[in-house]
Amino acid sequence: MSPPTSADFRTRLQDWLPRLVLAPSFATTLIFVYGFILFTVLLSFTGSKMLPNWSFIGLDNYVRLFKLQHWHIALKNIAVFASLYIVICTAIGLALAIFLDQKIRGEGMLRPIYLYPMALSFIVTGTAWKWFLDPGIGLEHVMHLWGWESFSFGWIKNSNMAIYCIVIAAVWQTSGFVMAMFLAGLRGIDNEILKAAQIDGASNWQLYRRIVIPLLRPAFLSAFVILSHLAIKSYDLVVALTGGGPGRATEMPATFMYSYTFTRNQMGVGAASAVIMLMTIAAIMVPYLYAELREKR
Amino acid sequence: MSAIRHETAVSTGRTARVFLYLVLVLFALFYLLPLYVMGVNSVKPLPEITGGNMMALPRAWTLEPWRAAWSSAQIGVQPTGLKPYFLNSILMVVPAVAISTIVGALNGYILTKWRFRGADWVFGLMLFSCFIPFQIVLIPMALILGKLGLAGSIPGLVLVHVVYGIGFTTLYFRNYYAAFPTELVRAAMIDGAGFFRIFWRILLPVSGPIAVVSVIWQFTNIWNDFLFGASFGGTSQPMTVALNNLVQSSTGVKEYNVHFAAAILAALPTLAVYVVAGRYFVRGLMAGSVKG
Repeated sequence: MSPPTSADFRTRLQDWLPRLVLAPSFATTLIFVYGFILFTVLLSFTGSKMLPNWSFIGLDNYVRLFKLQHWHIALKNIAVFASLYIVICTAIGLALAIFLDQKIRGEGMLRPIYLYPMALSFIVTGTAWKWFLDPGIGLEHVMHLWGWESFSFGWIKNSNMAIYCIVIAAVWQTSGFVMAMFLAGLRGIDNEILKAAQIDGASNWQLYRRIVIPLLRPAFLSAFVILSHLAIKSYDLVVALTGGGPGRATEMPATFMYSYTFTRNQMGVGAASAVIMLMTIAAIMVPYLYAELREKR
Repeated sequence: MSAIRHETAVSTGRTARVFLYLVLVLFALFYLLPLYVMGVNSVKPLPEITGGNMMALPRAWTLEPWRAAWSSAQIGVQPTGLKPYFLNSILMVVPAVAISTIVGALNGYILTKWRFRGADWVFGLMLFSCFIPFQIVLIPMALILGKLGLAGSIPGLVLVHVVYGIGFTTLYFRNYYAAFPTELVRAAMIDGAGFFRIFWRILLPVSGPIAVVSVIWQFTNIWNDFLFGASFGGTSQPMTVALNNLVQSSTGVKEYNVHFAAAILAALPTLAVYVVAGRYFVRGLMAGSVKG
């Protein structure tokens, strides 16, 4: 028998143990996530150049940021990229999921083919598509060799069109994943509802438009959140595919932040651009996560 | 993917079915095309690429580009090939995945079976950290790693990946353990089992599937990471950064075949994981997205 004080100590330790074990993770999150966010926010109000310096200059960095041509290009690009990327991925994902759900033979073979690009890094995807889209050796060259002499596809070298090349590569990488999300949603729909609608004489088109697609609302929402989050973070793909070029034509907020902070020694402006990125993502994620967490309780 | 297979109630006509298969096969080709191009061109001698057809099979097969990509291609200033970077990636990924998964399991266990006041807040804060754009932490991280003497080192990269990985692993294990009957844990407590004993004897034995999901998710993400590797890699750069340096290098003749071989080498580990355990891979993606 152990003396009462020791037993007492042990029960109290048992009470505290869970919190003690969780504490390092929580502290790490507080420091490395929220502390760092605070640090970057404060930095965005200072005149930091190559190294942080704590001379506060108010909102000057934000004013300068929004006067910069580069930043405007980055904002325009992310708007074009994100909207096309989200819409096309959702459309392809939904179509493939609905098609695959029609008792397709070989579904087990097709699904992994649609999905495998998600296992690759954006750097690998970028490398592959960079050469595929290169007019000198890629698709254009092949078409010429196959006798279609007038075929021309030089988007990647064209400042106005290069952004669409990034859309193509990004859609290639993630649309299969969106398909998987919709397919899971479709398989979760109660078949009785569909049968009842068919007995009522609904056509296939009506069935999907009126019943199935509205029932997939949660999958649409998740797809939107995940895709917009991926779009705003897209850094690797731009680096690998176009390097932000030709010129600055495919600059994005993520590449802008990196180059202003680490190569142009404009840390204050870089921090300000990071803060804008965070606020954009938070505006999408916080309501979503809040709703999800509340629902589960 | 959903394990429940059921027949759809929708019926389709014959022409419609032909159209369905046509579209599905065309998309399969679209997804396979870049892999085919990379594979086929990685075993061609260079003149066959620059002077020939990207889609054609090689006339003279060669494994030389693979050997060059692995051990002699010029990366940065050193003609080392990808070999040392592959090792860097392994040394970074293994501890980072192991630590973040173990910590995530413990966190998930506490947040579901040892709930305390404010547990939801703790979880909410950790969860949001999964979704921040990492640009917001790059500057302070660079400074801290410098202060800790970990800048440009493997331990530094491990630290970064563990810190920004535990949000996801905690999410996985929390959602998984939430479905585990709490009565069993209560009963064990009444029998006098302690915190770690319950975890070890009751929760851990049933954690196989979610541990696989967590390991695969972390492995894929960390192996494929570029931003942290490029920012904090220094002399210990991972595979993705080396591949990018190789492909983007502006000196000398562009050896496309070597680039393609290198790209496949960089993709091979995650592709292998996907082929072996694809089901879990998808489950992980879903668990990380659908259930917040």
